[in-house]
Amino acid sequence: MTAYLLKRLIIAALTLVLASMVVFAVMEVLPGDPARLMLGLNASADQVELLRNQMGLNAPVALRYLHWAGGLVSLDFGRSYTYSVPVIDLVRERIAVSLPLALIALALSTVIAIPVGVFSASRQGQAGDTLAMGAAQLGVAVPNFWFALMLIYLFAVWLRLVPAGGFPGWNAGVWTALKSLLLPAIALALPQAAILARVARSALIEVLNEDYIRTARAKGLPYRAVLWRHALRNAMIPVLTILGLQFAFLLAGTIIIENVFYLPGLGRLIFQAITQRDLIVVESIVMLLVAAVILINLIVDFSYAIVDPRLRGRR
Amino acid sequence: MNLLEIDNLSLTIGDTPILKGVELTIAPGEVVGLVGESGSGKSMTALTIMRLLPHLARAEGRVAFDGIDILAATEDQMCALRGDDIGMVFQEPMTALNPVKTIGEQVAEGIRWHTRAGRAEAEERARKILDRVGLPEAKFPLSRYPHELSGGQRQRVVIAIACALKPKLLIADEPTTALDVVLQAQILDLLRDLVGENRMGLLLISHDLAVVTEMADRLTILRHGEVMEAGDTARTLSQQSHPYTRELALASMHVPARPKPHLAGSAKPLLEVEGVGRDYPGRRMSLFRPAQPIRAVDDVSLTIEPAQSVALVGRSGCGKSTLARMILALDKPTAGTIRFRGETITGKPEPALRPARRDMQVVFQDPYGSFDPRHKVEKLVAEPLHLLEKQPATAERREMVAHALDEVGLGPRDMDKYPHEFSGGQRQRLSIARAIITRPKLVVADEPVSALDVSIRAQILDLFAELNQKLGIAYLFITHDLTVARAMADEVLVMHEGRIVERGRTGDVLDHPRSEPARALVAAAPDLHRAIARRLQEQG
Repeated sequence: MTAYLLKRLIIAALTLVLASMVVFAVMEVLPGDPARLMLGLNASADQVELLRNQMGLNAPVALRYLHWAGGLVSLDFGRSYTYSVPVIDLVRERIAVSLPLALIALALSTVIAIPVGVFSASRQGQAGDTLAMGAAQLGVAVPNFWFALMLIYLFAVWLRLVPAGGFPGWNAGVWTALKSLLLPAIALALPQAAILARVARSALIEVLNEDYIRTARAKGLPYRAVLWRHALRNAMIPVLTILGLQFAFLLAGTIIIENVFYLPGLGRLIFQAITQRDLIVVESIVMLLVAAVILINLIVDFSYAIVDPRLRGRR
Repeated sequence: MNLLEIDNLSLTIGDTPILKGVELTIAPGEVVGLVGESGSGKSMTALTIMRLLPHLARAEGRVAFDGIDILAATEDQMCALRGDDIGMVFQEPMTALNPVKTIGEQVAEGIRWHTRAGRAEAEERARKILDRVGLPEAKFPLSRYPHELSGGQRQRVVIAIACALKPKLLIADEPTTALDVVLQAQILDLLRDLVGENRMGLLLISHDLAVVTEMADRLTILRHGEVMEAGDTARTLSQQSHPYTRELALASMHVPARPKPHLAGSAKPLLEVEGVGRDYPGRRMSLFRPAQPIRAVDDVSLTIEPAQSVALVGRSGCGKSTLARMILALDKPTAGTIRFRGETITGKPEPALRPARRDMQVVFQDPYGSFDPRHKVEKLVAEPLHLLEKQPATAERREMVAHALDEVGLGPRDMDKYPHEFSGGQRQRLSIARAIITRPKLVVADEPVSALDVSIRAQILDLFAELNQKLGIAYLFITHDLTVARAMADEVLVMHEGRIVERGRTGDVLDHPRSEPARALVAAAPDLHRAIARRLQEQG
């Protein structure tokens, strides 16, 4: 077990270092001089040169990489060119929205998908299964902004239960803040749940044909008990894999939903940064997301080992 | 009073009739054998008693267990019976246990479910039954997972699950078919003891007449869902009054005719294996110590002459398949050399191996898994032809395939079919056709008949014998089944823990084994003649 975990940990760390090099290299070769960008078009060559020196842009590449990477480790991402505030402050503000949103959406998606998957798998080919999988097909096919609009219409405009958009900030009270995240979370969760339910169903159906399911039935356990106690855990590996991928997506791929609900999230920050050529912000967020994805994969790898004892002996 | 009474049981799945008017009774403490070839409805009979049939199955007739009408019982009543009064053991121990739960959990689960016992009490009882089936606490604590156990040990766990609550009836569906003969004998002994201890009824399902004869008081022979013959084991098998019973008995003892016996020492060897060994990296126990390698094959030497048939016998895990892979140059030995037709093949690069690959072909155990289901027979059988020096043209290739199919008793029309259109026996013929199409000098056959029914198996053995006589092909049979060795081999090699411990003429080794492992194999191997004789003697 320890050997397995240690190996995953080392691989994750190496991946992170490698990814940081790639990100840095891409930023290096991109056209555009940050100093000139900051000073505007009217600046003289001398002024630009001075700023370049101040920003350390004239130092050798390796040194600059080390400086930058060292900054990352101490959460010092540098200053935004356009806002002139530390990048970390910008990011912290946005993560306070994006992370809870992603977590709520992920939890919702899991809570919807697993029971639907179990329901469908246990009624394979019957009317209930066909209906549930039809709905899932719809969930995959319909774009989530349409869901979002429908939700706004139903719950915000018609029933007036929740605000239609915007984010009051966590200072406005936890409940108020959560309420404004609820609709976007549902809109994000539904398509993910549809995918996850299909994965859970097919994984379960495969497991239900295994010999050990028959053994469990021969013990006298009712079908439902066999399903939840024996089949589900064995079907978790593909489900966990998809969950990991979905979390990474939910953290940063939510720009459309953020726009529909007018939420100040990471997705919008990165979009703005790209349009404004605020490369240091782009660079920082990309690195942050890379780290998040690697961390999530590490967690998924660890949970594989928790679910499946056969992996624990592996190296 | 009978424990189980099956009366005029018919079963259909969809529109396909599976069972037709099956009759069977079992009294407490009685062992009843249910014998038949694959597809005869043995397992479906068992699943009917458990009411674990597939969805579309419809059963009619009467199945009464201990006064309860099984076919009319509610699902709740069945759940109360399963695992408590009726236990069941299945064929494939490698997949019968849940891989993510400990053996303790899996044994205790049924106990907790039926007796409402607490966790501690259920685990204590699980411990007892595991001790009873031969898995003592010191080596097999409850916290072990199935993947840490061997096939035989896992089958003991399955038996522990089935017998934990001392059922009145145990159904064992081919419980030893996936195990080697020594393990088979141990598991059968265990079942016999459990029957004696608890006056349990045992329904033993098997395709192997010898196993059933050794175990069962009475037997029922099933064919295409119908009972052919039923009665006292010894009488039924000694009189063999029913033609199908006689057919089965003859097929299971079949020895193919080989009019031209092989004369040893007549030619220079075809295959020479000298001091071959194979190490696998072992599991590292500590970060600071290098892992101890596992020696799968240890200093093995042997020779095979042209047209000679040699059987390599041994228990599962003794290294015989590893040795076969090295002979076929599919795996590299860590020590020693292998020469084929005088040429060293160890350490040769792939292009230099082509002549050897052409002259040395293989037949695997599983006729289902060794063909790509998406290719037609013509392509599958022609596969080895790419090893020829001169590639045949399309027409010529078709002719060669047709010829090979003809030699194994299939028609030229079969060329355009897909593998799933053939039965198990026909598929094994296909793999033999594929093996002989390049006119090899040696065919390595890894358990070539152990997945086949006895009558099919007799036909395939005949085919092997015929090809040996006609084409002069030498064989290396890898098997744990001594009847195959006896039927087919001029010489027998006994392998044990990576070493060859005995070698000699087939009759000498099998009738007078000298080494301990060989004696154990011979003693454990079920033998129909011996079993019938013993039964008759017991009954006077």
